[in-house]
This record gives sequence, structure tokens and C-alpha cells, in this order.
Amino acid sequence: MRSIALIIKKEILQLRRDRRMMPILFLSPIIQLLLLGYAANLDVRDIPTAVCDLDRSAASRAFAARVLQSGYFALQAEVGRAADLDPLFESGRAAMGFVLPRGFGEDLEAGRPVRVQLIVDGAESQAAVIGMSYAAQIAARYSRNLLLETLDRRGFPGLRPAGVEPKLRIWYNPELKSRNFFVPGVLALVLMVMTMMLTSMGVVRERELGTLEQLLVTPIRPWQLIVGKLLPFVGVGLIDAVLVVGVAGLWFHVPVRGSVFLLLGLCLVFMLTTLGLGLFISTVSRNQQQAMLTAVFFMIPMILLSGFVFPIENMPPPIRALTTVVPLRYFFVIVRGIFLKGNGFGLLWDEAAALLVFGIVILGTSVLRFRKRLE
Amino acid sequence: MSGRIKPIIKKEFRQIARDPRTLGLLLLVPAVLLVLYGYALNFDVKHIPLGVLDEDRSASSRDLAGAFIRTEYFDAAARPRTRVEVDRLLGEGRIKSALVIPRGFADALAAGETAEVQVLLDGSDAQSATTAAGYVKAIVQDFSTRILVKALSRKGMIDRAIPLTLEPRIWYNQELLSVRFLVPGLIAFILMVIVVISTSFAVVREKERGTMEQILVSPVKPHELIIGKTVPYMLISLVSSHLVLVFGRVLFGVGIRGSYPWLLAVIILFLLCALSFGLLISTVAKTQQAAFMPAILTTLLPTFILSGFIFPLRNMPAVIRAVSVVVPSRYFLSALRSIILRGAGPAAFWDQFVGLAAFTAAAMAAAVIRLRRERRRGEG
Repeated sequence: MRSIALIIKKEILQLRRDRRMMPILFLSPIIQLLLLGYAANLDVRDIPTAVCDLDRSAASRAFAARVLQSGYFALQAEVGRAADLDPLFESGRAAMGFVLPRGFGEDLEAGRPVRVQLIVDGAESQAAVIGMSYAAQIAARYSRNLLLETLDRRGFPGLRPAGVEPKLRIWYNPELKSRNFFVPGVLALVLMVMTMMLTSMGVVRERELGTLEQLLVTPIRPWQLIVGKLLPFVGVGLIDAVLVVGVAGLWFHVPVRGSVFLLLGLCLVFMLTTLGLGLFISTVSRNQQQAMLTAVFFMIPMILLSGFVFPIENMPPPIRALTTVVPLRYFFVIVRGIFLKGNGFGLLWDEAAALLVFGIVILGTSVLRFRKRLE
Repeated sequence: MSGRIKPIIKKEFRQIARDPRTLGLLLLVPAVLLVLYGYALNFDVKHIPLGVLDEDRSASSRDLAGAFIRTEYFDAAARPRTRVEVDRLLGEGRIKSALVIPRGFADALAAGETAEVQVLLDGSDAQSATTAAGYVKAIVQDFSTRILVKALSRKGMIDRAIPLTLEPRIWYNQELLSVRFLVPGLIAFILMVIVVISTSFAVVREKERGTMEQILVSPVKPHELIIGKTVPYMLISLVSSHLVLVFGRVLFGVGIRGSYPWLLAVIILFLLCALSFGLLISTVAKTQQAAFMPAILTTLLPTFILSGFIFPLRNMPAVIRAVSVVVPSRYFLSALRSIILRGAGPAAFWDQFVGLAAFTAAAMAAAVIRLRRERRRGEG
């Protein structure tokens, strides 16, 4: 026990001596959280829109105004000819363009159908899809109102217009804030980046500097060395987790509906995996540059395949199968479940079990490899 | 000048070649990542599992349910019998949306009233839910307008078609595949991360090993050292970015619409920018660990979040948008999308070009100044 305590003490001393490491350990999670909390916004509003009104009648101006009042489209430019739309789209300054044809007003008046051309910048596929459905809504409502007006004018008193009104109820995140989706995810990211990096770099550096051998000739046993080296990083991870949960709840008002203790407990389970991966990387890397590149090589796929930003359900089946071996994926379900849905252990136990299995296997293999390399 | 730069380039190349894994990572990782993500990453919200609870069981209610399922956006995944069952299915995540058509739906429509239907959406993925909510409103609005037109023409009161229809014309990406939107972003993301990280080690490693002093006492000037250290990485990353372009073309059909020389110019400028930024980190840091952390923190997350790769810049608060001004991949990405997807000429992206050039010049100057100071310290 004493020798483990000594190694822990040495690790903490080493961490504290490097002045630059402190802000990286405890400030950078907060900065990442703030950045993501404010920037990660996929809401599509104020799509930059160009209007090309070839009719210039009262009716066409009224339609354009209706489009712009919706809040989804922000007027970027008004052009006189359809050809003038090209440069706006090429530079990405406009993502939507409405072309109101000549005769717009007269045709509507005479009851002839009017076709409004909607030009969409498909390069921004996301905004395009959402913008098109907004535009379709506006056009359908406009048509309906026109029909009703005509009815009124011709005076058919007995007829009342039938219609369907959808009542949307959105579960778990009623205001549909992207923030509530992303901020809990930062917890998982920070834990992974921090513990994996610290472990892999910490071990490789000792080997590069030759101090690992010095430790080995002391009476300290390899397992004591491993435990002593990893425990401080667990501490750093836990402190970061508490910081992130605190800022998420108190600053961003992301609901924490479930139990914080359950969350922290499962963070510990998740860290088995990240520490194990860090240790594993240190055993396959000769120098710090290799360790870093290898760590990044592990991290980027884990992040992108975990459902952090891109829904796993949308991935093609082979890739979806691949995500089942990404431990981060299960941790995301846990983090979001506890934060947003208030899930208890009863609903999360299978994810927790998966994480535990991953953790034991990965950490176990790495420890074995590490010991073999030491001997 | 070339007399002194060449040996440095040669030495740097030899050092890279001696470490095949690093070379392999530099060359191949970008292409591998592109292949993986090109397939995996996808914003397309389609085939949302929908549960339909039809309490009315009338022709009209079946019509409305059919209007949902006929689109490629919703798939009928379950037919719950009660509202409790709807809640359970949503809670378990078996369905992500539910349509509840209450009893009396058809009667209300026949009486010319506004009938209400309930649509439940799982909002934990705000992104998909927003898109789904848009589809729902558009489908229902369209349904309403259609039954109005039908009712009117049946009664023979007004005989006319739907007055105004939209005719969407999608430019640049007709199928609206999100992969086309994401590939240029992936190129920027991957290049930025890999290049900055690998070069951030270039100088600091020499410092840690003590070989830096040997170089500093030699007649090599700081700018020569910088150029000599940059050129090899530049060539390697040029090769890897072309691999990425070829893979993007072959596997995802993301061809280059614009002019290749301009594309090349923008890529070279961006690589220069990333390289000089990496070198700057390297000259500031004292240890490799101290170099790595800033390298990863200033590239991974900012490029992911603040470049417009995934999150549109225009939606961000003004403060965050101001921060994004110093994220070089932002300019690169914007220019890439213009050239690759939209086939635009320099008039469309010259401002991005200038932004990138300014950033490159600043980073490079800072790196040279840092090195010069170090050298003076070495002499003193």
C-alpha cells in the first residue's frame, strides 16, 4: 500500500510541477464546454435568402413579405434578374432563392395556378432539407388562405373550411435545444481525451527519459506501479466530471434529471476503458509523437462513431455494426439518459454492463502487455 | 540560400522515413478516415420509425396516416393500440415519433371544423427532431390544403387547382446527400489535425534531444530552418490530400466542379498555414507533451465546432462568431465548398483566400521570431 501511495504522490508532484498542465487539466474542459454549449447549434433559422421578384406587383411583394416574416428566411439580397442569383449562390452568401414569375399577381387573381421557383443550395444539405420543408409549409398555408379569401368574397356562408392542425409534443427536450443534446456529450469527450492522453503520454515519457527502468529496479511491483500511475488520472477525471456537470447544470441549465452519483459511478466504469486504452497505446509506442498520433487515431473514430453528433440509426448497417465495439457509444446513452431522461440504473444496466466488460477486457489486456514489456 | 536549406530538407526526410509508422499515419490516415466517415456520417433524417395510433379508423384518418408513410421520411414501425403503449414504445426508443389520430377526426373534417391530431417526437436528438417537426408540419399543411381543394371542387363551388405551388430546384447537390456537404469539411478537419500535430513535434523534439543547440550554432538561419522543416511535411500532406480527393471522387462522387489550379492553390496555402501553426507551437513548447496538448486543443475541437464543418457559423452568437475568425480551417472550408461543390471562380472566395493568407503570414512570422529569439539566447 505504501509504495502505491508513494507513486501517487510522485505523479501528483509531477503534474503540479508543470505549470502549463494545470490549466490544461482543469480549465480546458470548461472552455470546451462553453464553446460547444454556445456554438453547437444545428437549429436552422435565418437561412440567407435571395428574392428575385420578376412581377413587382402588390401580390408578389406580399408573398415575399410572408416568406421573410416566418423567421426561417433572412433577406440577403433582392435581385432583378434570375441570372444575378448565380454569384450569390456560388459564394455561399445565399442558400435559398425565391423566383416569383412575371404575371404572379394577375394569375393568382384570375385563378390560374402559379409556380414559384425555389432555388436551393444543395451544398448545405442540412439547411436545404429543413428550409424546403419550411417553404412548403408557407406555400401551402398561403394557398389555403387564398382559397378561403376567394370563398369569402364569393360568399358561401354555409361552407366552413375543414383543416387539420398538428399538435406537436416533444419529449425530453421540449424546446428542442441542440445544447441539451451536445453538452452532456462533452462530459464523455473530456473524460476520454484527458485520461487517455495523460496515461499514454505519462508512461511513454518515463520510458523515453529512462526513469521507468529506475522505478523497475526499486522493490515496487509492476502492478503497484500501474495502480499508482493510474489512480491520479482517475482523480483528475473525476474532478473534470464534477466541473462539467456543475457548469452544464448551473450555467447552461441543462437539466440533470437523474442521479449525479449514478453518473459519477458510471464515469468510473467508463474510465476503466480510457485508462486501458491509454496504457495500451503506451505499450505500442516508442516515442511521444507516435503515442499522440496513435491516440488521435483511436479518438477520432470513437468520437465520430459514437453518436455524439451523427445519429447511429442513420449509418449503413456495416458501420452500425462497427459502432457496437465503440465503448464511447454506450457511455453517451448513459450520459444522455441520466441528464435528459432521468433514467435510473434499471434502464441503463445493459449499457453499464457493456462498458464494464469493455473496461475489464481492455484494461486487463493492456496491463498484461505492459507487464510483459517491463519484464 | 538553397545550399543550406537542402541538407535540412534531406535530414528531415530521412528522419521521417526512419519512422515508418509516423509516415504511414501521415499519408494514409486522412484517406482511411475519409472512407470511414464518408459512409458513417450522415445528417439525412429519413425513415424515422413512426408509431401510428388510429383511434378513428375512418377513410380520412387512413389517408392522413398514408400521407406520412408515403414519404421517405417516416416508416411505419409499430401500430400501438393505446396511448399508454405509445408512451412505452417512445420511452424504449423503439419508435422516434408517433401519430395519434383521435376519435371523431373524420366527423370533424366533414363538419368543416379543424381536426386536431397529436404528433409525438423524441426530442433528445434535437437535430433530427427539428427536421422531423418540419416534415410533420409540411405534410399536415399539404393534407389540409388538399382536402380543402377537394371539398370545394366536389361541391362545384370553385373549380380550380391549388393556387400556388413551389417548384424546388436544387443546385450543386441534387440528391441532397449530406456526404457532399461533409466531405470538404472532413478534408479540412483531417488535414488540420494531422498536419498541426505532426509538425508541432518537429522542433520541440530537437530541443528535447539537445540537437537543437547544434543546429542553432550552425550557420543556418531561422527562416531557412523553418523552410527546411516545412517542405517535407508539405510534400507528404500534399500527397495525402490528393489521396483524399481521389477517394472522395471515386467513392462518394464528390467531383471537383471548379478549377483545379485554384483548388491546389487553396490547399497549398492551407497546408502552409497549418504547418506554420504547428511549427509555432513547437517553438513555444519546451517538451513534447507540452506541445501536444495545445496542438490537439487548438485543432481538434475548434476545427470540429468553429469552422462550419458541422455547425453553421451564421447560427452562432456574435461572440463565438468573433472567435471563429482565428480558426483558419473556417476560411479553407468555405473556399473548398465553393470550388469543389459549386464550381465557383476566385470571385466567390477571394475573401477566404485573403483570410487564410493573413493567418499563414502571421503564424509563420511568429515562428521565425520565436526561433530567432531562441538563437540569440543561445549565443548570449
